[in-house]
Amino acid sequence: MSRVLEVDHLRVTFPGADGTRVSAVDGVSFTLDRGETLALVGESGCGKSLTSLSLLRLVPPAGRIEPGSIIRLGETDVLALEGESLRRIRGRRIGMIFQDPMSSLNPVFRVGDQIAEGILAHFDVPKREARARAIALLKEVGIPDPASRAGAYPHQLSGGMRQRVMIAIALAAEPEILVADEPTTALDVTVQAQILEVLDRLQAARGMAVLLITHDLGIVAGRADRVAVMYAGQIVEEAATAALFARPSHPYTQGLFNSIPKLSGPVERLRPIAGTVPAPHAWPAGCRFRPRCPIVHPKSQQMPPMLALSNEHRMRCWLAESPIATDDR
Amino acid sequence: MAPALVLARGVSSWLVRRAAQAGATLAVVLVLLFVLMRIAPGDPLTRITDRPLSPTEIAVLRARYSLDQPLSRQFASYLGGALRGDFGTSIEYGRPVAALIAERLPATLLLGGAVLLVNFTLGVWLGALQATRRDTLLDRSLTALSLTGHAMPSFWLGLVLAWLVGVRWRLLPAAGMENPLLDPSAGMPARAADVMAHLALPALTLCVVSLATTMRYQRRAMIEVLRFPYIATARAKGVPERQVRRHHAWRNALFPVLTLFGLWLPILVTGTVFVESVFAWPGLGSLAAEAVGARDYPLLMGTAALSATLVVVGGILTDLAYAVLDPRVRVAA
Amino acid sequence: MSWLDEAWAAVWRRRSGRAALIALAAIALIALAGPLLLPDPAAQPDIIGGASLPPDAEHPFGTDQLSRDVLSRVVSGARVSLAVAGLAVLVSLTIGASVGLTAGYLGGAMDAVLMRLVDAGLAIPRLFILLLLLAVWERIPLPALILILGTTGWFGTSRLVRGEVIRLRHEPFVSGAEALGAGRRRVMFRHLLPNTAGPLLVAATLGVGEVILLEAGLSFLGLGIQPPTPSWGAMILDAKPVLIAAPWTSLFPGLAILTTVLAVNLLGDALSDAFDSRVP
Repeated sequence: MSRVLEVDHLRVTFPGADGTRVSAVDGVSFTLDRGETLALVGESGCGKSLTSLSLLRLVPPAGRIEPGSIIRLGETDVLALEGESLRRIRGRRIGMIFQDPMSSLNPVFRVGDQIAEGILAHFDVPKREARARAIALLKEVGIPDPASRAGAYPHQLSGGMRQRVMIAIALAAEPEILVADEPTTALDVTVQAQILEVLDRLQAARGMAVLLITHDLGIVAGRADRVAVMYAGQIVEEAATAALFARPSHPYTQGLFNSIPKLSGPVERLRPIAGTVPAPHAWPAGCRFRPRCPIVHPKSQQMPPMLALSNEHRMRCWLAESPIATDDR
Repeated sequence: MAPALVLARGVSSWLVRRAAQAGATLAVVLVLLFVLMRIAPGDPLTRITDRPLSPTEIAVLRARYSLDQPLSRQFASYLGGALRGDFGTSIEYGRPVAALIAERLPATLLLGGAVLLVNFTLGVWLGALQATRRDTLLDRSLTALSLTGHAMPSFWLGLVLAWLVGVRWRLLPAAGMENPLLDPSAGMPARAADVMAHLALPALTLCVVSLATTMRYQRRAMIEVLRFPYIATARAKGVPERQVRRHHAWRNALFPVLTLFGLWLPILVTGTVFVESVFAWPGLGSLAAEAVGARDYPLLMGTAALSATLVVVGGILTDLAYAVLDPRVRVAA
Repeated sequence: MSWLDEAWAAVWRRRSGRAALIALAAIALIALAGPLLLPDPAAQPDIIGGASLPPDAEHPFGTDQLSRDVLSRVVSGARVSLAVAGLAVLVSLTIGASVGLTAGYLGGAMDAVLMRLVDAGLAIPRLFILLLLLAVWERIPLPALILILGTTGWFGTSRLVRGEVIRLRHEPFVSGAEALGAGRRRVMFRHLLPNTAGPLLVAATLGVGEVILLEAGLSFLGLGIQPPTPSWGAMILDAKPVLIAAPWTSLFPGLAILTTVLAVNLLGDALSDAFDSRVP
């Protein structure tokens, strides 16, 4: 079991309206082992995309990764890299799939060239070789007639095909970690399944570790080894997938599960989580879920640390320490 | 080979459509100009001479300038003449307007061309540079400079430069296009150098005022492009930053520049009126200014129609360039 | 009018916006109060001995060749230039917004016709239209000048407004108003127009700068504001013969134009950023 990625106390700040800095990612820690899949789940605005961008140091210019944060790729300290050495890990050690393939592909270049560019950035091979590899990649991601498709422009392809191209680009330099940021959100439901199947297949074939970022619990089941739930810039629950689905423990996680309509079983009213996600500058002191929590723990004025519920199952909630008997589960 | 042919066919049918549109616009332009001229209060004839005219003279002049015909007939004959290249006779010079315009056009093209060249090289480069070095001292100083240049009246700047560089420091000539005292037998290079020297100050004046616009526009365009997700994708692939900028960003940042080109022509045409007057540069701009002073309507209309045509043609050229450079547009056409 | 307050706050927050607002306030103050405190700009106290004097304590901007105090003339010119520009932009805004609203909301043939007209208007450089119209008048009265400046400057604004209206006309608040029985004019002016206020304000501000420069240019050609009404452009024209002997006579009016237009443009930029939700 080799650890390929270690993230510790990651903090990313942005300038706030009144000149101070506001944390959008506030003390996130997780690890990733070779070959495993970690799902990072949360609603929009919780900071999950920013977390993934930080891994490649692609945070928007106004954002800043605060000192004290640690990102390690095996032996390499990502935050200490600059210039050429930083460029070398992008694509080669970590590959990234972005959310919306339409705007993530350059509209004026052919897709084959865009894949080849990823190869040429890291391997010293002649252009013809790079192009051949690009076509092979297109085949691998399941695009029919790859040789002629390589000459197409992004707008000439369907959404599903574009996303496959994005996957090909991410894999072009043979990374050991793949970060997939909402890979299926912009796609139709039927296409979603196909794309996920492609990802599964490629992961198994290449033995990559995958960081899957999504707001959709449905694609997590049966696919991720572990799940980390994010809320308001922090990880609030982390467990092996089976454990999380069997016993969601943090009130927010429970809320997420409760708001998924069930196809089987008695028809119940959907129970959405009351309130809305607060913006970073409006985070309450203490437990950030407190304003929306159906159970308000007496200690929740204080920020709870990550507490262990069992081996491999932790949550950021005082209930782990002192549960309250309640039938509001 | 086949795709290129398809491109040519698609583009040419689109081109025909655009040309027809442009023709329609120009027709409306001519109507507008004609109406403007005719609704102007006061009898144009009273401007021709200072002394009062006898009834016979008036009748002769009215017939000559077709002022005794109904308005629609006047316009029809004007339009007919225009299509044949006859824009009437200049009241002040007594010569065909078309001939006068043809004489003065090259000087304006030279001046305008020089300014456009500087804008599309230096201006575009500086604007993009600002975007990549956003909010640094360089960016802020360049912004300050360009804002100042944009706020200057071109004729005033011309006067200041003419006085400072031309008279006080005696570095460059401040009037005309050629040195009248230059030896007539002097060879081509000497004459070319002379024209270039005379071109310097008017071109500089126009450049200061115009670079401001170009830089601001390009800076904004480049910032927009750099925000695009595909830029992040390119970086995430491990493409070196310089290549990201040059290859990915530039290609897409060129489109706004093309739009700018389409906008440029009217600015240039306007600017040349003042700058050419101040520096006595013998182009269309100073011709128009003279025509104004002499209340020479046929000449004014001719220059206005020409500038409108330049603008419309510029628009078509811009669209054509878009079609060539942007694969998305190509497929749609 | 909360958006106005927000815009104001956003402008004030930026350094350039603050500077612009302060500068414009100062200019307005000088324009209004100046003529009351300074000597009469038309006065020619010492026609021979006092002509073309360089700047000194008594005449901070010097005197021109008719021994008139340049400072006084620049200050009184401010009133006219600013008033003309402001009123002309008001005219342009009114026409442009109306045309844009009508074309964008009603669509169809009306839109096509209006936009063809706008295309033609945009094709002819504004200066040429002005030259043609103004060349006719011997001495154009000020209201007519303002009207002409206004009626030549609305084309771009109408396109802008039309674009916004097209973007908004399928929004729920419009369908809602229509469903409630609001007539077309009501929808246009009561619902759509306020939503275009932001871009309109920016266009208006930048338009003022444009008109100031145009009017100065026209006056320089002898076409704009007629003497004895003072105008910066005309001052520069008058100063041409003594450009070398008395450069301050053209320098200061030009600087006045430069400063004013710069301040206006900075304000316009700050407003534009304030209304652009994407700018942090």
